[in-house]
Amino acid sequence: MIQPRLIRCIAAVLFAGAIANTAHAATPAELQTAYTALSNTTAVPDRGRQLFTSRHGREWSCSSCHGEVPTQPGRHASTGKPIAALAPAINPQRFTDAAKTEKWFRRNCNDVVGRECTAAEKADVIAWLRTLP
Amino acid sequence: MNGRHSVRRTLWAVVALVASLGAFADDHRRGPAVALFPKYKQECGACHVAYPPGMLPADSWRRQLSNLQHHYGTDASLDAATLGELSAWLGANAGTYKRVREAPPEDRITQSAWFIREHDEVPSAVWKRPAVKSASNCAACHTLADQGDFNEHAVRIPR
Repeated sequence: MIQPRLIRCIAAVLFAGAIANTAHAATPAELQTAYTALSNTTAVPDRGRQLFTSRHGREWSCSSCHGEVPTQPGRHASTGKPIAALAPAINPQRFTDAAKTEKWFRRNCNDVVGRECTAAEKADVIAWLRTLP
Repeated sequence: MNGRHSVRRTLWAVVALVASLGAFADDHRRGPAVALFPKYKQECGACHVAYPPGMLPADSWRRQLSNLQHHYGTDASLDAATLGELSAWLGANAGTYKRVREAPPEDRITQSAWFIREHDEVPSAVWKRPAVKSASNCAACHTLADQGDFNEHAVRIPR
């Protein structure tokens, strides 16, 4: 009983450390683990896909800028600026910086969902993106 | 004969001088190219062209930075430390010359009188092309926009 809680605690500390130190390099798997530990859930890739590709009562979905299948480059929905592919298999720079990951989740979830995403939602999205070839 | 030659030479010299002054005035009108602060390029250039700071007055930049949570329909919020750095740099490099001194409507570069004038020969259908999409998408036509070069010789309007 104590063990998962301990792991969660360690993950939270590691994650906070990763956020505080922007130079800290992470991997997508590590970030997913940190988010699942924070939320005390298991990441479900298909839930991530749904969150990513659906609209949530607002104008945009994540796909509006990143594309339906983000193995391809996207385009900013209002400015038209190209956005490099989000899937880490295609673009190895993605999800390697905890602070950057947090910044974009904060902003983009606010635009798409109208609130910050939960740690569970972030874990789901990363899990789905990691399944993409 | 000799006198006429020297008059002609003088005339050419005057023409050359006027032409070079014209070129200088043109460059000056565009504003000096300011090397972009790397953090500005990184943060502000993620969603759109990192617009040259001289294209807006300090008041416009200040208002934009104070309301990044609601930045033309998107959340572009930044942490306080980054905000402070960008604020200092934009304040120091904002446009001060005549045509930029006054804040444009909604602090939009694309609503500035000079911007509208410079683009008055671009048909409205061009702006709506999928490859252009928005007047804020400078790089769609200004191929060197990401380097702060908006010279019309580098303009290629996509079909």
